[in-house]
Amino acid sequence: MSTDRFKDHWREQHMFLGRLAFSAFAIVLLAGLVIYRLVDLQVVHFEHFSRLSQGNRVRLEPVPPVRGLLFDRNGRTLAENLPVYQLELIPEQVRDIDGTLAGLIDLGLLAEEELPRIKGQIRSQRRFEPTILRQRLGDEEAARFAVHRPRFTGVDIQARLARQYPLGESASHVIGYVGAVSENDLQRLDAANYAGTAQTGRIGAERAWEHLLHGSTGHRQLLVNAQGRMLQELDRSDAVPGRNVYLSIDLELQATAEEALQGRRGSVVAIDPRNGQVLALASLPGYDLNLFSMGISTAQYNELQNDIDQPLFNRALRGQYPPGSTIKPLLALAGLHYGVVHGGETIFCPGWFSLPNHSHRYRDWKKTGHGTINLQQSVAQSCDVYYYRLAVMLGIERMHDFLGLFGLGRPTGIDIPGEQPGLVPSRDWKRGAFRQPQDQAWFPGETVITGIGQGYMLATPLQLAHATAVLANRGRGFRPTLLAAVENPITGALEPLAPQPLPPLNVDPTQLEQAIDSMVAVVHGPRGTARATGQGAEWTIAGKTGTAQVIGIAQGEEYDESMVDERHRPHALFIAFAPAENPRIAVGVLVENGASGSGAAAPIARAVIDHWLPRAED
Amino acid sequence: MAVSQSVFGERHSAGIGRRIIAGLKLDGPLLAGLLAICAFGLVVLWSASGQNENLLMRQAIRIGVAFGVMVAVAQVPPKLLRLWSPWLFTIGLGLLVAVMIAGDFGKGAQRWLDVGIVRFQPSEIMKLAVPMMAAWYLHDRPLPPRFLELLVLLALVAAPVFLIAQQPDLGTALLVASAGLLVVLLGGLRLRLIFLLGVLTAALAPLLWHFMHDYQRRRVLTFLNPETDPLGAGYHIIQSKIAIGSGGLFGKGWGNGTQAQLEFLPERSTDFIFAVLGEEFGLIGLALLMLGYLFLIGRGLYIALQAQDTFTRLLAGSISLTFFVYMFVNTGMVTGLLPVVGVPLPLISYGGTSMVTLMAGFGILMAINGHRSLLAR
Repeated sequence: MSTDRFKDHWREQHMFLGRLAFSAFAIVLLAGLVIYRLVDLQVVHFEHFSRLSQGNRVRLEPVPPVRGLLFDRNGRTLAENLPVYQLELIPEQVRDIDGTLAGLIDLGLLAEEELPRIKGQIRSQRRFEPTILRQRLGDEEAARFAVHRPRFTGVDIQARLARQYPLGESASHVIGYVGAVSENDLQRLDAANYAGTAQTGRIGAERAWEHLLHGSTGHRQLLVNAQGRMLQELDRSDAVPGRNVYLSIDLELQATAEEALQGRRGSVVAIDPRNGQVLALASLPGYDLNLFSMGISTAQYNELQNDIDQPLFNRALRGQYPPGSTIKPLLALAGLHYGVVHGGETIFCPGWFSLPNHSHRYRDWKKTGHGTINLQQSVAQSCDVYYYRLAVMLGIERMHDFLGLFGLGRPTGIDIPGEQPGLVPSRDWKRGAFRQPQDQAWFPGETVITGIGQGYMLATPLQLAHATAVLANRGRGFRPTLLAAVENPITGALEPLAPQPLPPLNVDPTQLEQAIDSMVAVVHGPRGTARATGQGAEWTIAGKTGTAQVIGIAQGEEYDESMVDERHRPHALFIAFAPAENPRIAVGVLVENGASGSGAAAPIARAVIDHWLPRAED
Repeated sequence: MAVSQSVFGERHSAGIGRRIIAGLKLDGPLLAGLLAICAFGLVVLWSASGQNENLLMRQAIRIGVAFGVMVAVAQVPPKLLRLWSPWLFTIGLGLLVAVMIAGDFGKGAQRWLDVGIVRFQPSEIMKLAVPMMAAWYLHDRPLPPRFLELLVLLALVAAPVFLIAQQPDLGTALLVASAGLLVVLLGGLRLRLIFLLGVLTAALAPLLWHFMHDYQRRRVLTFLNPETDPLGAGYHIIQSKIAIGSGGLFGKGWGNGTQAQLEFLPERSTDFIFAVLGEEFGLIGLALLMLGYLFLIGRGLYIALQAQDTFTRLLAGSISLTFFVYMFVNTGMVTGLLPVVGVPLPLISYGGTSMVTLMAGFGILMAINGHRSLLAR
């Protein structure tokens, strides 16, 4: 130790005192800082943190309502709810989503192909809401997951009610299906009311009456801990279950129609002309609705989508076909209404028709011609020449206006979505439909072929059935409806839907009867085109056959001799109602490439009528 | 009590207690403050542990052991403490090296040394050994120390701090460093040099950043902006602020803190117990505890002022001030003023060796106070 420095105890103590004072000052300053901070947190911002703390511990959880059931007019179940195990993932609670999904694939609980769909869904959903990985787990799969559950934080099994369609394919286009609620749906629907809802109606009745079927969501106020686990229920408001919806279709009649159409592509629509209720609405081929409600795989969906027979296509509402000769009774009535023809007057049919000063011959389907025929015979034998001539006499505008009275060329207003309007051409329509000036002019030849329901003219099977129903009920039409009644599942109160009458047509009743008589002659007359179908009928059936030419297949499509031949055949159509004097059913039948209205379509209508009339209420 | 009844009675009854306390070389005010804070700590821990009786029992036993250690340490004459200082420091340093070498074979943080039946952290020894060593070094030297002596002191502090930081245990490293540096500060480090040191630290910060572990860097970043990672590293601070803030002036009541009871608050019985206290006992409870702490510190500084030689003076001052650093780092961390550093709330947090070390420190204070000779040198 150096000797030039010595310890000056008094000085050192003095200095030490100074240092202690300095330290004490620092302590007071820093402790003051902490106290200041505490006052800031606990007094100044107390409200703010109080709210945050409250939000931490209370969670509002939606209680989804039970979806209403769908029944046919007799109370037979079309759609019900079935408890299923769902595999769900809450993105917020999962640290490694990719790893978790890979682990589930290893366990055989997820398919590799599903990954893109699931990841897309996770991205589009809110992070704290469950993403459904699998809609339906088998018992064995649920058990397998339960064993490995500790490895999968944020993944859980939920027992939920899922939509089940006991009929499978039958009436698939009427019933429609439900699918997962998407972000787009929430723009359209009341997002708050759908907070806990997994599925919403996509198409058909499920979509049309979503507002009735869904019900209203309840809420539970839960006390939760940091892991989000529920500790206690603080408050709850119950969900209000959805209404049960009764459709006007009759399941057995529907089955009869589908059976009659089996193996074909086509559609049958049956309407009660007295109130507009749709009794059957078949479109074949159909598809299994359960595929959709249980979560269809991409492969399955593509298979349906690419099927050449287009099972997903609702032909009854969306298939637009040339109506062909089925419009002849309506045109005959138009001729009478506008006074251009009379019932007693006859014309000579040589088998062809030419416009004045034109050499082009419009051929009758019967090359030798029908000879001398009157109005009734022209319908019964489906004479084309009579209607070429009548069309020219009426002109396209009057045809357009008159057919419009029967709902052709515009949506019928049926109460399920997706309907196509069909087309009844007019000069105005053509001006709007074509771009080139030379195409916009209406040519007289186009009027001629409109007379036999060809050319531009298109109608859906629903429109044909509806027009037939209006005629059958002597001009007093009703809007076609599928909704028969709505039931409150709690009180059991049933509210039937009142028929929705359309403005009655201003057509002379005797002229109407003449048109109807001509249709009776189609089925029961000695030379009626559908006389084979009328054999042994217990009731008077009024009908009309139609055979509509098909536009050739598009170029570049694969050439397959048998296939192309089949698909080149004309469509077969038939409209009918019965009993003619007091109609209780009107039917429109379309068989794609059925070749002959009388051969392919008329027997189907007969089967439907025969099934229904003994059961119909008076 | 007799206090209000008669002056003589008070003297008489207090006399017995005083005699026992004096005989055991204990300091009455310190003892009272420690007992009050530890008792309050058990009350809070009961709630913070989710009414876990086992845990509470273990902590009570630990407190008992720690008080025993304190009483034992209080019996050691300070002169002996001074003579032991270099040995204690050398042994502690050797154990730290041993832990480091053992840690090379283990994985991750290696702090514990398994000595047969007891596992303890050598870094805890250093909380006392470093200030003792520094005080021992300055004891015979004229103060303020010269520059060369300062460098030696810095090296004495830096070596164990470096080893502890490598474990990695930033919290303990920080406490050991401040215990050593506070001796230097009290020893008369010129204010100019303190200022220079501050500037130097600021300049070295980027270098420090370079040597930090990833999780340490994350803590600093999270401290600067906790909301960037509300579910990850920032979660602690956000939930802790909610707990304290929602406690308000009077608190939600004992056992009624939703943040703590529903487990939103992480580490609720250890590092973040201050937030539980704030939530359930409000600003009043927190202020009372802080006052208790400040009382202990004040008493410690008074003992330092009364101390009769350089070693005891510096050591007592350092122990008292380090206790404040302890408190400030924890409360600052829990209230979001400081980054999250693993420092428990002294005397309250549930936990191992730090309680014993703390009480040993108070034992030293009592020894310094109790072994004072009546005449100043």
